[in-house]
Amino acid sequence: MKPSERMKIPRHEMPEQDATERSGNFQEVNQGFEEQFACREAERCLQCKDAKCIPGCPVGVDIPAFVSAVSENDLSKAADILLADNVLPGVTGRVCPQETQCEEVCVRAKKGEPVGVGHLERFVADWAREHRKDLFEPPPATGKKVAVVGSGPAGLTCAGELAKRGHAVTVFEALHRPGGVLVYGIPEFRLPNIVVDAEVETLQRRGVEIVCDVIIGQTYTIPELLEEEGFDSIFIANGAGLPIFMNIPGESLKGVYSANEFLTRVNLMGAYRATEVDTPVIRPTRAVVVGGGNTAMDAVRTSRRLGADPATLVYRRSRAEMPARNEEIKHAEEEGVELKLLNTPIEILGDDDGWVRAVRCQRMELGEPDDSGRRRPVPIEGSEFEIPCEIFVVAIGTKANPLLTQTTPGLEVNKWGNIIIDDTGMTSIPGVFAGGDIVRGGATVILAMGDGKVASRSIHKYLMNGQA
Amino acid sequence: MFKIVSAEWLAPKVRRIVAEAPRVAAHHQPGHFIILRVRDEGERIPLTIADSDAEKGTITLVVQVVGATTELLCELEPGQAIQNIAGPMGKPTEIEDFGEAVLVGGGVGTAVIYPQAEALKKAGNKVFAVIGGRSKEYVIFEEELQAYCEEVFPCTDDGSHGYNGFVTGKLGEMLEDKSRKIGAVLMAGPVPMMRAVAEVTRPYNVPTIASLNPIMVDGTGMCGGCRVTVGGEMKFACVDGPEFDAHKVDFKELTDRLATYKEQEIFAWERLQKGHQCKLDQQEAACRASS
Ligand SMILES: Cc1cc2nc3c(=O)[nH]c(=O)nc-3n(C[C@H](O)[C@H](O)[C@H](O)COP(=O)(O)OP(=O)(O)OC[C@H]3O[C@@H](n4cnc5c(N)ncnc54)[C@H](O)[C@@H]3O)c2cc1C
Ligand SMILES: Cc1cc2nc3c(=O)[nH]c(=O)nc-3n(C[C@H](O)[C@H](O)[C@H](O)COP(=O)(O)OP(=O)(O)OC[C@H]3O[C@@H](n4cnc5c(N)ncnc54)[C@H](O)[C@@H]3O)c2cc1C
Ligand code: SF4
Ligand code: SF4
Ligand code: FES
Repeated sequence: MKPSERMKIPRHEMPEQDATERSGNFQEVNQGFEEQFACREAERCLQCKDAKCIPGCPVGVDIPAFVSAVSENDLSKAADILLADNVLPGVTGRVCPQETQCEEVCVRAKKGEPVGVGHLERFVADWAREHRKDLFEPPPATGKKVAVVGSGPAGLTCAGELAKRGHAVTVFEALHRPGGVLVYGIPEFRLPNIVVDAEVETLQRRGVEIVCDVIIGQTYTIPELLEEEGFDSIFIANGAGLPIFMNIPGESLKGVYSANEFLTRVNLMGAYRATEVDTPVIRPTRAVVVGGGNTAMDAVRTSRRLGADPATLVYRRSRAEMPARNEEIKHAEEEGVELKLLNTPIEILGDDDGWVRAVRCQRMELGEPDDSGRRRPVPIEGSEFEIPCEIFVVAIGTKANPLLTQTTPGLEVNKWGNIIIDDTGMTSIPGVFAGGDIVRGGATVILAMGDGKVASRSIHKYLMNGQA
Repeated sequence: MFKIVSAEWLAPKVRRIVAEAPRVAAHHQPGHFIILRVRDEGERIPLTIADSDAEKGTITLVVQVVGATTELLCELEPGQAIQNIAGPMGKPTEIEDFGEAVLVGGGVGTAVIYPQAEALKKAGNKVFAVIGGRSKEYVIFEEELQAYCEEVFPCTDDGSHGYNGFVTGKLGEMLEDKSRKIGAVLMAGPVPMMRAVAEVTRPYNVPTIASLNPIMVDGTGMCGGCRVTVGGEMKFACVDGPEFDAHKVDFKELTDRLATYKEQEIFAWERLQKGHQCKLDQQEAACRASS
């Protein structure tokens, strides 16, 4: 096909579940491509020699190669190419902020719409999940043992890469199910947990051992893993799961949740299936969520699905500053979520029995830019008003969880508690590496995976040559 | 899966369960707890480790049936297994030589103070225990505690065994007794009991530690659901506690937050009973069909 013909093909939209219907269920919003659409979308790729999209991806997926295989309808080959660089393609295809990564730098984005890399990635991953249950030929064992702390995207990626090189990898996970934020945070309607399970199983078939219910810092310490349990190296990827509260009156009222608690109850524990599972969650008729990132979007859309009407999102800046993915904001609005921008909660009001009854907010206006370059919100005196609600969810970010770092002597952290690493990913303790949110603070799935990949290379060098 | 080695009823609705959990057993210290899920789809609930045997790789739990999950747990028999046990969790008890230490246990809380008794004794303390129950049959761990305590004072609401009245009454007498030099009070039990004990010791300025029991989910500091207010500050009981200075704890808030899911808990309980009824009906039908 000639490039000019390719240029004529318009980008294919992702089929979606009807907005009214989906605002009452937890099934996936995006329905995935039909095969013929995937092929057509793949034909839009110009197969650039110096493909800008590849460095746009933190794990360096060979985008033109896998997309070309899709256009030739050779999905098995596409899956091989994709899986060689990315151990969680079903996840990244669904939740990567493609618009600021691979798709942003795609040449086709200069004039019109970029190639739908994320959608194609998801298509191939879903096909592989149905059709591929490969038995991997185990590589020759090196005799080296590596422990990975945390089974989020950083830990899983590092584990998969190390297993490919023949190292014996054990992933320790504090919760009862592997996946990190992918299973406890991101809701089913964006990323079904079975997608994560399937990609985790592929890693297990590759030889990665996953041990749940082990909290490093409590069940074992880092020094114990090295000195007593016989691990030669460690990768720490325990995430940034410590919720921040707002420090305003009323945060102890019944009905006030951190986004982590609210989403964990609903996603990890399955509380939305009230008749089948034992973990409860409050089913609100009105909900208010504060924050502007993906987490806030997930929380407010979850509350909507549990029955909240209105489900209101309060954010102190304007829409342009919201860190959430564009698609999530669009989807939320379609589902009837109310955005109250340039507002901030200043007090949570309770009734006589200690339940939340309303949130008092104050209007803001944008002033001078702050350090981050975003215009600073300034409160408008006398603009207070109340929004009635039964639940109030705080989704303004997370911090580094100190549980592990506090029990690891000699492990250097910065003033926010994030672990300090060098260029190779190594911490202040020789042989101990770290990556993902515990290093960066809350970031993205794919950056965490990129860290896992970089660390796996350094760990391999360290194990084989004694230095990273 | 974590296999149950033994299980027996200690008191009405109170069961002692010994389960295989070698990693937890190897690292257990007094004050630690675990979080378990009985089965898939089950809730995560925290339970104190009442005892452990690192060599055998087992831990002991003492569980009171108060709702659906504790009921399911207590239905398990030796040979059956618990789906998940994660731990040990929480900070261990700060064991010091207080001179004389008094442990106060109410109901299953008595299981919490048992490992503390051993540790306090080893640290050189003269240990006393005041343990309460509604009546004689509800008093647990009396004999076990004797091993580490100078004296154990059982208290019953109806006077059927030991001191006639609440643990606070007995404790008050001990504090009044000038021949005693009580250096610390450590306690675990129902919230109203802990709240009352804190008020009893406050005028005497005796350091008083309470083991708090807020609703938990992950137990790793990730959700903030277990937050309690201590000295005006927000603390996460699973990682900052579960033991705190009782004189600074906002017990009213704790009581209040514990009632968050009352409605859902009743629903879960009724569903479980219905499930049981269905099973019985099925068994009966099967019996009838085969006869
Ligand atoms: C609700 C929500 C929505 C998001 N949406 C998106 C999105 O759409 N796109 C995107 O790119 N990013 C999104 N993010 C961010 C992204 O999920 C994170 O950046 C990413 O998961 C970080 O990966 P990680 O491997 O560093 O840690 P995590 O995913 O946090 O995993 C850490 C794991 O370590 C475990 N752990 C913690 N402490 C210990 C310990 N002491 N011992 C053993 N195990 C331990 C935890 O239980 C957890 O399983 C979202 C985040 C949230 C909370
Ligand atoms: C650190 C800690 C140690 C504990 N140790 C013991 C122990 O050794 N023995 C024992 O019998 N009990 C102990 N508990 C209490 C025990 O966790 C609850 O009784 C149990 O969770 C009730 O669950 P359920 O489903 O049977 O009852 P439900 O009907 O769900 O609840 C009954 C009551 O238990 C409390 N509760 C409910 N869910 C939770 C939860 N997820 N976490 C905490 N409390 C909850 C609430 O007050 C509720 O009203 C401890 C609690 C904590 C926090
Ligand atoms: S992993 Fe993310 S950034 Fe990389 S190609 Fe896929 S969608 Fe793009
Ligand atoms: S930059 Fe765009 S068009 Fe070029 S190879 Fe990458 S995806 Fe294809
Ligand atoms: S139980 Fe979740 S933070 Fe303590």
